[in-house]
Amino acid sequence: MKLALEQITHHYAGLPVLEDISLSIPAGEILCIIGPSGCGKSTLLRLIGGLERPDFGQVLQLGEPPEGCLNPLTYVFQDFALLPWRSVGGNISLVLEDHGIRGRQADEIIEDVLARTKLSDFRKALPRQLSGGMKQRVAIARALAVKPAVMLLDEPLSALDAQTRELLMDDLLALWTRQPFSGVYVTHNLAEAVRLGHRIAVLSRRPGKVREIIEIDLPLEERHHGHARLDEVQAHLWSLMKQEAMAADQELLDV
Amino acid sequence: MSDATLARSGQVPTRKVAFRGGGFRPVAKRGIGFVVFVALLLVIEWGTRAGWIGNLTLPRPSDVGQTLWALAESGQLWVHMQPSLTRLVVGSLLGVSLGVAVGVLIGLFSYARAGLVPLVAALFPIPKIALLPLFVIWFGIDEASKYALIALGTFTPTVVSTYGAVDNVDRTLIRMGQSFGLTWWSIVRKIVVPGALPGILSGLRVSLAIGIILLVAAEMLGAEYGIGAYILQAGSLYDLEKLFAGVVILSALGVLTSSGIGLIERRLLRWRA
Ligand SMILES: Nc1ncnc2c1ncn2[C@@H]1O[C@H](COP(=O)(O)OP(=O)(O)OP(=O)(O)O)[C@@H](O)[C@H]1O
Ligand SMILES: [Mg+2]
Repeated sequence: MKLALEQITHHYAGLPVLEDISLSIPAGEILCIIGPSGCGKSTLLRLIGGLERPDFGQVLQLGEPPEGCLNPLTYVFQDFALLPWRSVGGNISLVLEDHGIRGRQADEIIEDVLARTKLSDFRKALPRQLSGGMKQRVAIARALAVKPAVMLLDEPLSALDAQTRELLMDDLLALWTRQPFSGVYVTHNLAEAVRLGHRIAVLSRRPGKVREIIEIDLPLEERHHGHARLDEVQAHLWSLMKQEAMAADQELLDV
Repeated sequence: MSDATLARSGQVPTRKVAFRGGGFRPVAKRGIGFVVFVALLLVIEWGTRAGWIGNLTLPRPSDVGQTLWALAESGQLWVHMQPSLTRLVVGSLLGVSLGVAVGVLIGLFSYARAGLVPLVAALFPIPKIALLPLFVIWFGIDEASKYALIALGTFTPTVVSTYGAVDNVDRTLIRMGQSFGLTWWSIVRKIVVPGALPGILSGLRVSLAIGIILLVAAEMLGAEYGIGAYILQAGSLYDLEKLFAGVVILSALGVLTSSGIGLIERRLLRWRA
């Protein structure tokens, strides 16, 4: 299943947030979206997943979602969005219950996704007993449980400390290598973008437009720290972002 | 040599950093409430025996205790308690369950909010006791009008606390539910109501206290049996021991409902830190 965004334009109460965004998300690829703060990245992700309606343009789903997919477009939120009154297992079964998956069948899925996110021992724990990194792994496990066609991740690592971020990034890479999924990954962090993105879309300052799309033709499993090609891309991204940030500053001064 | 000793060996004035944190975080201290209560009773007992509290000012606690005991032994206590408890339970069950339902509706639907919030605001400040004659006309002189009075009295505060609690449910959790394709009903049952439960339960304490107040008021205006009727009788005869015995029963009822809710909170809200 592919996703295509066609000329998406969006306003909030007269404030233009996104302008004429066209992007495609092929199956099995991760598209990273970066851009200055407030340029509409989160808004774009909400539009892609159908949590909001664009003023103009449309999001198209090309082809059928794969067999057994319960929720084609599935989010992983920055602040985890776990129900504090449900255990780890309960938070995952929450998204299965409405599809009529209960009992043994649900148990098998929960066991499987917890094993894949290395959380098998914490099935009975409550969210408040977990560290930030573990909470986000629970949220990822929950997303995996519905076998999504496209994962929509909004700064999933931003609420975590640097070390945890590294570890979770490795986990994400390992998950993808074991079973490639399509994804849209919004981030502020250029290093994350070059580690995980097959393509990187750079948005301009608000109103967000696609400024450049950079393709990195290096397989994810070959991307290591200090790889020359990655450093080169990251430096290029940084110069783009710096221009945007400086231009945004200038605008404020002009007002 | 460590940094700390290094710092001390120099000839500089050295002071310990004064502690200025702490406080603002009451914790439950078991038994303190009981001690305060007993101490107060002992002081009154002492005062009435020593004479610096006149026996028309306050009755002697031990006399009140004897009156209570006699009431219990004669079986009269139950004769008064049973109808009172029934009224309180039936009335507040009606009021609270309706109140929670309406509160959730106001919390979820714009039209319900626009239409009902002003109505609730208009109903809330009316002293419900003033409406009892009206209720007697509508529902008759016996039980139904008392149920209605208690129900109305517990309904309004429950509505207000419930929709406040629903408003405070984390919207990102609701978006999460929608993003996983949960049905509307599932989101309400599994996300909105559990998320609002802490607020609903703390509102319930207020509602039930109001329920007890109205129970007594209703019974004073027309009941043969019941704690309110008992207190009214005692009051009109200036029998202070009996009056206070009735008041003690009411307070006990208040403490009982409050600790009942505390028990429910500890069971249902274990997920909170
Ligand atoms: N629901 C809303 N109503 C009104 N304005 C909104 C709403 N959501 C976002 N905005 C505004 O739209 C703009 C883009 O917001 P958005 O959250 O999409 O930016 P972002 O790129 O994700 O920013 P950040 O990098 O800080 O996460 C901001 O100026 C924000 O104030
Ligand atoms: Mg954002």
